Amino acid sequence: MSQIDTVELAAKSPDDEQPWAELGLKADEYARIKDILGRRPTTAELAMYSVMWSEHCSYKSSKVHLRQFGDLPPSDALLVGIGENAGVVDVGDGYAVTFKVESHNHPSYVEPYQGAATGVGGIVRDILTMGARPVAVMDSLRFGRADAPDTARVLPGVVAGVGGYGNCLGLPNIGGELLFDDCYAGNPLVNALCVGVMKHEDVRLAKAEGVGNKVILFGARTGGDGIGGVSVLASETFDTQDDGTGGPAKRPSVQVGDPFTEKLLIEACLEIFAQDLVTGIQDLGGAGLSCATSELASAGTGGMHVDLDTVPLRDSTLTPAEILMSESQERMCAIVEPAKVEQFLAVCRKWDVLATVIGEVTDGDRLTVDWHGERIVDVPPRTVAHEGPVYERPMARPADLDALQADDAAKLPRPTTGAELQAHWLAVVSSPDGADKTWVTEQYDRYVRGNTVLAQPEDAGVVRIDEESHRGIALALDGNARYARLDPYAGAQLNLAEAYRNVAVSGAKPLAVTNCLNFGSPEEPEVMWQFAEAVRGLADGCRALGLPVTGGNVSLYNQTGDVPINPTPVIGVLGVHEDVRLRVPGGWRSAGETVLLLGETRPEFGGSAWASVVHGHLGGRPPALDLAAERKLADLLAALGEQRLISSAHDLSDGGLAQALTESALRYGVGASLHLAGDAFTALFSESTGRVVVTTNDPGGVKTTAQWAGVPVTELGTTGGEALSVADVLDLPLAELRAAWTATLPALFGGPEHSTPLTVPAGTVPTS
Amino acid sequence: MRIGVITFPGSLDDVDAARAVRLAGGEPVALWHGDHDLKDVDAVVLPGGFSYGDYLRAGSIAARSPLMQDVVAAAGNGLPVLGICNGFQVLCEAGLLPGALTRNSHLHFRNRDQVLVVERADTAWTSDYATGQRIVIPVKNGEGRYVGSDADLDRLEGDGRVVFRYADGNPNGSSRDIAGVASENGRVVGLMPHPEHAIEDLTGPSTDGLGFFTSVLKAVVNA
Repeated sequence: MSQIDTVELAAKSPDDEQPWAELGLKADEYARIKDILGRRPTTAELAMYSVMWSEHCSYKSSKVHLRQFGDLPPSDALLVGIGENAGVVDVGDGYAVTFKVESHNHPSYVEPYQGAATGVGGIVRDILTMGARPVAVMDSLRFGRADAPDTARVLPGVVAGVGGYGNCLGLPNIGGELLFDDCYAGNPLVNALCVGVMKHEDVRLAKAEGVGNKVILFGARTGGDGIGGVSVLASETFDTQDDGTGGPAKRPSVQVGDPFTEKLLIEACLEIFAQDLVTGIQDLGGAGLSCATSELASAGTGGMHVDLDTVPLRDSTLTPAEILMSESQERMCAIVEPAKVEQFLAVCRKWDVLATVIGEVTDGDRLTVDWHGERIVDVPPRTVAHEGPVYERPMARPADLDALQADDAAKLPRPTTGAELQAHWLAVVSSPDGADKTWVTEQYDRYVRGNTVLAQPEDAGVVRIDEESHRGIALALDGNARYARLDPYAGAQLNLAEAYRNVAVSGAKPLAVTNCLNFGSPEEPEVMWQFAEAVRGLADGCRALGLPVTGGNVSLYNQTGDVPINPTPVIGVLGVHEDVRLRVPGGWRSAGETVLLLGETRPEFGGSAWASVVHGHLGGRPPALDLAAERKLADLLAALGEQRLISSAHDLSDGGLAQALTESALRYGVGASLHLAGDAFTALFSESTGRVVVTTNDPGGVKTTAQWAGVPVTELGTTGGEALSVADVLDLPLAELRAAWTATLPALFGGPEHSTPLTVPAGTVPTS
Repeated sequence: MRIGVITFPGSLDDVDAARAVRLAGGEPVALWHGDHDLKDVDAVVLPGGFSYGDYLRAGSIAARSPLMQDVVAAAGNGLPVLGICNGFQVLCEAGLLPGALTRNSHLHFRNRDQVLVVERADTAWTSDYATGQRIVIPVKNGEGRYVGSDADLDRLEGDGRVVFRYADGNPNGSSRDIAGVASENGRVVGLMPHPEHAIEDLTGPSTDGLGFFTSVLKAVVNA
């Protein structure tokens, strides 16, 4: 390599040309770096600033809006709030839960398997970093049209990647979403959630304290993968196809995952925590060592010095800037008291985890990095990690929104005869969004660790956290983007309400909120307006429901050329079960139970699955939302669960009652005889909020309790039989319904069984 | 009764196997792959997971770990050994059980609740079942397709060493629907499906898996 670009050299050569634009920095940002340092940055410093000031790491466009979450009323349940790797919530009995969703959208488009796999790996390390044992994952996925050729490239790889990594880590996948829309054709969304459990006293924070304490890098070696991942991939739009025609290929910017190493890292970390061997810890994710060292130092009281020559490398030709930017996976950084270093290294040896002291906490307030004995970084860490640029981007209400909202779905032609209603019913539930997701969920381990009480296709995933007390948690993840396109403020709240309701349906008490906000380019005022509206809606919604936001993730630049995705705020809600044995599952198991609808149905079709599937229509207003009614409904569901008054419950959302009835009946093959008062079309396809269908052996008891709670109840009929029969309207045999519902994804992405017998020549496989 | 559960690097269902032993009334004993120490256990479970990340071949590296040498020796003396999923793969790689597990025919990882038919109710791990009994326990694997040459499979069947067969659908393309096999003396059993995930109504599709662990407790007493 040529001459090392040292701090000394940088001071002497202020006018050297530097590739700040190629690294994703703007001219004024580069000027500010020079201003902070009083000289031009070295190559290594420029690399650090460029990744840390990227949209992905710095939240420079979103910060001013996200402050609203911090302004929510304080919650007793919140032990650690926004700003750490993940928020921490008190779930009772001394247990704390940390959960977070993160996007890995752009890498998953470029390299579906590895992009999705490392998305899971990254969020799991975030949870581990807080001191928790990761106990489950979920995934929320969006792709282009299901029958588009590129979806056949991206989807199978993403699903295999989510499964491949999570399965190998031993984390049950307990739920998620899979939705399709043309707007994601060039920009699929891969959002992964992880949840972890610990005791209150085990919470760890990412800060470097105590002068003389050692900085230990442990886990995988550092390689050349993922360099510039956050700046090149996550913070730019894709203007060209990644097929090598129109620009440099971006595949080298995607990291490659090794879940086996991560599994060892998890076990080593938990043992290290149990022996109380760290004073601070941080995972290496986006922006790698640049991020971990500057964040640890910035959050601590002193400075930090790192000797970059000590970093174990996979590729000895890496430059110091590349080492600082590398996003090689499965790495962590810990701050350890000198007296505990040997014990720390011993735990790592036991788990075959490579661990190296790379530096120490210093007095003073600088982060310094040496390479071959020369100083190549000398910066105030806060300016890298926490004092990046902040933008108040211009905003503008989308010009087409008035016309879109005026294009009311109420005027669409409706089915009138029973035959038409049946055809529309089958169309909605067999559409890629409505169809059975078994093709995907079979690729995920739901059983590992033996605490999964409910998993997909249930409305919420439920995990037991204590075998003695039966305490558990529930989680749901929802993100309807059609509603958010029509009205981002309402859309964010509707997603919040759905996730809240899904958690409540399981019998849990909703406790806290996380989010993954997927939007287009913040440099487009209309996108920025959508983002600001969604954040405002979510903050107002959380205030109305009395829930804190524990953290979240923002993914911007989700667009192809100048066409952004529909605004997609994916909202996660965490709930607590005092006793998971009282959980309420979905699906009808036996005949003779009364089917009741809780909540009120109004003619609301804007943004509905029916309008989208049958008419290819998106317009009008999303359904009205009454958060006070949602709270009442949640209280009622908790009471019904506690009193064991209901045997099943299923939330009504996309596809309305038709979808909910289909899923409830097909789960165990139990039909129902129903009568729908009023307009059957509205009853079946409206997407009015605040509704849940339940089954019970004690309809009187449910009605009395509902009256007490102030929730309207409608009796729909009785379970039993081999069909879903709606009196005077239609008679839908379960076999026909099942055939339609289950055929869609296998037909698109691969047949169900190809168990051709394998012929093995005698003697090739040892038999003892 | 002390039932050992081995943890290899990358073992995942070791906590589940230990819970199953406990709920069956046994005392689970954690065993570490790197120690030459079976801790005087009365039987051993090799749990599911991805030992060594399935690198090289699933189970191949774990099969050569220090503790496996002790397991092979003890199995020779009649120690009951159960290999579940990755544990089955390890037992095949270690030569304690015949055949091999290869990539599922459909090339996907598959997790579903699976019907099995118990073909042999006289092994150390299946005496609490009845021959011909249908049980439902989860299957979850990417490399669970049991293969062998026709001649070897014929011999295996002739010797009555097929312990479980898949019913109502073969989840991975295994030859002759074979889900699990036993050693000649019926003390070592391996299967791809996961009995340790079917031990509680709350968390499993059934409690059909508990019989493995109650069976071995009796086998140990009667030994």
